[in-house]
Amino acid sequence: MIKLTEKRALSWPPLLYLILMFMVPMGLMLIIAFMEPGDYGGVKPLISHINGKLHLDLNLDSFILVFSSEFVWQLMVRSIIYSLVTTIICLILSYPLSLMIARSAKKYRDILLLLVIIPFWSCFLIRVYAWMIILGPDSGVTHIINSIISVLGFPPVNLLYSTFAVIICLVYVNLPFMILPLYANLEKHEMDLLDAGRDLGATRFQLFWKVTVPLSLPGVLVGSALVFIPCIGMFVVPELVGSNCSLMIGNLIKQQFLQGMNWPLGTVTSIVMTVSVLSISLIVGFIAKNSNGFKYASK
Amino acid sequence: MTILQIKNVTKNFDDSVVVDNISIDINQGEFFTLLGPSGCGKTTLLRMVAGLISPDSGRIFLDGKDITDLPPEKRPLHTIFQTYALFPHLSVFDNIAFPLKMAKWDKSRIVTQVEELLEDVQLVKFKNRFPHELSGGQKQRVAIARSLVDRPKLLLLDEPLSALDARLREHMHIELVKLQEETGVTFVYVTHDQQEALALSSRIAVLNGGKIEQLDVPTKVYSKPKTYFVADFLGKCNLIKAEVISTTNDAVTLKIAGYINLEVKCEYAANYKIGQKGWYSIRPEKIRLNREEVENTDLYRAQAKVLGYYYYGNDTLYEIELGDNLVLKVMLGNTKSVEPKFFNEETMVHMSFDPHAGSFIAEEL
Repeated sequence: MIKLTEKRALSWPPLLYLILMFMVPMGLMLIIAFMEPGDYGGVKPLISHINGKLHLDLNLDSFILVFSSEFVWQLMVRSIIYSLVTTIICLILSYPLSLMIARSAKKYRDILLLLVIIPFWSCFLIRVYAWMIILGPDSGVTHIINSIISVLGFPPVNLLYSTFAVIICLVYVNLPFMILPLYANLEKHEMDLLDAGRDLGATRFQLFWKVTVPLSLPGVLVGSALVFIPCIGMFVVPELVGSNCSLMIGNLIKQQFLQGMNWPLGTVTSIVMTVSVLSISLIVGFIAKNSNGFKYASK
Repeated sequence: MTILQIKNVTKNFDDSVVVDNISIDINQGEFFTLLGPSGCGKTTLLRMVAGLISPDSGRIFLDGKDITDLPPEKRPLHTIFQTYALFPHLSVFDNIAFPLKMAKWDKSRIVTQVEELLEDVQLVKFKNRFPHELSGGQKQRVAIARSLVDRPKLLLLDEPLSALDARLREHMHIELVKLQEETGVTFVYVTHDQQEALALSSRIAVLNGGKIEQLDVPTKVYSKPKTYFVADFLGKCNLIKAEVISTTNDAVTLKIAGYINLEVKCEYAANYKIGQKGWYSIRPEKIRLNREEVENTDLYRAQAKVLGYYYYGNDTLYEIELGDNLVLKVMLGNTKSVEPKFFNEETMVHMSFDPHAGSFIAEEL
């Protein structure tokens, strides 16, 4: 038995870690957001001497810049749209697969799940590079698609470095995060409920929409959050396979820090992003919690 | 009138026969029970009637129509599952309305019909609650209402009361019988609880190993068990090895335990040959114990030694030993107004019973 005081003592190291690695940087970000950018990256000193007087250099310049910049909002909206599209495609692709795994014989389930997880064993970047090859101008896929559309009388297209490629990679990278929670939910559905549904007059189609789908909503929500939230901040994928027209907000933030040398602007942008993702999640969660029956489906 | 006809139905799972060529005719308005231990095929048979599994061979007729190949949603019958299978995301009202919505009834008709059923099962106050907010008995009543809402021709009940505690179960027994009488819907009830089967049913089919051991009214099944299994499975029973030594038209004379000769009434007496082996079965409550000798020559009487007793409250079960290691169970009701005085261990008692209270069970050849 661990005493309460020992339990508290055990919780100190992780708490300390979180404070040091998350709370402190977040606080720093909040302060940097109000500071002047330094000439070569970083920020100007908080307190400066001008004509012997002390100046506290805190201002709202970066916030004004972000909120008035059409470019930032364009990237913001685009990131949300890309993430939404990715989430929806992931959901559509994952649902039948998760259902199939959940309804298959117990002895096959673990193997099928393993197959879903196997891509994680190779590096994220390598997997995106693989897509660069698949979608590249010399790949078989490109050749086949281009020969088909040239028959139809259209000019050849470039698959790589396009919005199309960004979405494909986002879906590919995030798919397991949708499959796993969906599976975890669908696997728990009682067979009796499905039998009862049929017995009470539901066709297979009605049964799916009236019983399986409503019961799986908690899983859908978790999966969607796990895909949508990391998706919005993604910068590697658009940078590697996207074009200038498919940059996302993550790219802007990265640029502000590494190329633009404007830390306050990058900080403000990421704060705005975090706040909007958080509020979207909260709103969806709130609606879900208050929607009829949803909260009971998870019990 | 026959409403459900099960004809030569067989079902195998992997290599084992679960339901073995069973034929049953169930009448309109009956409370029919399939009774048997787990694994006897009763639930499989029920699920085949519901359409949730299909038989390997044989046909099932409902109201004269062959429903063997109909999918479950097209069969005008419903099942009540052991787990109730209420939809957790739907309120009580919506659960009960589910079959009507699937059948695309008018909204207004759905409301009146569901309200009526809610009243029948006394759940009007709970109509907006969700299943997890209900007690076991209430869930049970929702399941019943949901299954009766569109007036099915047949209601299949798969051990519906096994999850309830004993008191509630007894209460639900009364409600079920009442509901069955009121609605006139034919009930096919699956249970492994013999008390439940005897108390509720108009007829019982005792199943074992995928076959019907006996199909009869409860009193017959209990007092005139046809097979060793039925005698042993239903209640307590003394089963003593016996052999036919002579027969008449309606009775057989048996040699029991190798030394007691008894004449026992028997419907099938003419079927038995001399030398037929089997068992003499007699229920423990048919045997009497007295301190003094009983003066009645129609009874079989013997001296016996009490080995021990178990006090059950309403009655007491004794184990007594006659000669030659013949041990019998005897059930005596504690009917006296004073606290019972037991026959203590090792006391000698006078045992007696009417031979006709028991019956002869032939060994299968």
